[in-house]
Amino acid sequence: MFFDAMPGAISLGLIWGVMAIGVYITYKVLDFADLTVDGSICTGGAVCAVLMAAGVNAWLAILVAVAAGALAGLLTGLFHTFFGIPAILSGILTQLILWSVNLKIMGQANTAIDSRGSYVIVTQLEAGWTILIMLGFLAVIVGGLYWFFGTEIGCGIRATGNNPDMSRAQGINVNRNKIIGLMISNALVALAGALLSQYQGFADINMGRGAIVIGLAAVIIGEAIVTRISRNFALQLAGVALGGIIYYIVYQFVIWLELDTEYLKMFSAIVVAIFLAVPYWKKKYFRKRNKDAHAAAQGGQNNG
Amino acid sequence: MADNAILKLENVSKTFNPGSVNEKVVFQNFAFEVNEGDFVTVIGGNGSGKSTLMNVICGTYPVDEGKILLGETDVTRLPEHKRAKYLGRVFQDPMMGTSPNMEIQENLALAYRRGKARSLRPGITKKEREFYREQLAKLGLGLEDRMTAKVGLLSGGQRQSLTLLMATIRKPDLLLLDEHTAALDPKTASKVLAFTQEITAEHKLTTVMITHNMLDAIRCGNRLIMMQEGKIIYDVSGDEKKNLSVRDLLEKFRESGAEVNDRMVLA
Repeated sequence: MFFDAMPGAISLGLIWGVMAIGVYITYKVLDFADLTVDGSICTGGAVCAVLMAAGVNAWLAILVAVAAGALAGLLTGLFHTFFGIPAILSGILTQLILWSVNLKIMGQANTAIDSRGSYVIVTQLEAGWTILIMLGFLAVIVGGLYWFFGTEIGCGIRATGNNPDMSRAQGINVNRNKIIGLMISNALVALAGALLSQYQGFADINMGRGAIVIGLAAVIIGEAIVTRISRNFALQLAGVALGGIIYYIVYQFVIWLELDTEYLKMFSAIVVAIFLAVPYWKKKYFRKRNKDAHAAAQGGQNNG
Repeated sequence: MADNAILKLENVSKTFNPGSVNEKVVFQNFAFEVNEGDFVTVIGGNGSGKSTLMNVICGTYPVDEGKILLGETDVTRLPEHKRAKYLGRVFQDPMMGTSPNMEIQENLALAYRRGKARSLRPGITKKEREFYREQLAKLGLGLEDRMTAKVGLLSGGQRQSLTLLMATIRKPDLLLLDEHTAALDPKTASKVLAFTQEITAEHKLTTVMITHNMLDAIRCGNRLIMMQEGKIIYDVSGDEKKNLSVRDLLEKFRESGAEVNDRMVLA
């Protein structure tokens, strides 16, 4: 029963892996905790579902969804850079705006996609096929991002997230780079939303609730695994997708144990909180140890 | 000689927190010029306005009034990243001038593109790598063999030397050094300062260097200015500057009524 559910868990994990790569770009590369994603993943799903319900081709629908996600990122970016609003609040504002926008796009709380009657790229009816397609998607995304972050603009974006003072001193337009990063990130998140709506056969106004936590969990799990092996950027991104898969395997495991899945979001949040705390605690603990060592050395000198 | 001024500040006024209890007038109709090829050292107590001077030139703070010219260009309204085209900068904090999660060669590549439009071309090319290797070898720190190492792994002195190289790898119109040796231990500080003099002489760089160290201020450069409460209270160059002693400077400080602290005296 647990293993029967594996193809489904893996394909969901791969779809969320795309979303998590988007989160990686803002959270890790840009050092920007972007909460837009809870809204933009639903925007991607809603745009895709509505277009497909109107008979638009699945690929074209996805393309429009991706553009809509990029626009959501643009809005957050403008809130932050042009309006001077703190990062977290900028994301929350866009998220709230998107809640209304998503409802208006669908005209109701959810929209169905006819997975049997029309052509869909991914579907839970064929999980094996979905895994293959998603691996293809991820290969293109990881390859594309690896190339992009090696270009002059891409290097500038990495520097922006790493040290904005230095970036400005080197003539890098920090604000523009933040906006570009947010647009790419939310475009990927919306892509995941569009694929998710095709996969499950509907888009729902609540499909993005807590998405940021799933994304962060995947980023953290992926990092924990891959960083031991290599710091290569492409491998880091692949690791994030792997993190998505592991998250959904654990999710399946929880279902299989017949634990109450209503607790799952809470568990996810707690796990993410603990993982975020570990580096902080480590630093605190080690600093204390260093101080102790220093005091011991000084004591020794005094005795001598 | 005024026609070959690289930097011109005209009637610059700057007040922080205007209209509040924390209001602080730093500059009022402040004027300052640096000629091409000059190496100016700037000394002054805390709150004398020397750091604000740097930040005003760089565009970190906009000015309330006045004009800032770099060469022929009026940069008064240009944002920081656009002024960077003309300026090379090294900060006091060694952490500030480099990107710790990026490789040594990537940091140099970022600096090499200062003032140029960034496109989708590769962020670093093979040909550049050879050039960076040569440049790094000049530092004598062995960094040329660690080009793919993350800058975060380097010591403060190594990072400051790298920042200096980054500031000058594309010849700036004006090099700004903001107490760039103050956070280093004495031995490393003198090494970085020696490299500073070497590189400014080699490329004939116009330089403004803020320092707390009076001896360094006398030994380096061809002109020295002393600042106090947003004004230049002493401006000396040529032989007169060469023959200065720390005692002379302290005398000047006392005349101006400024407090002299240990950090300025103990070199």
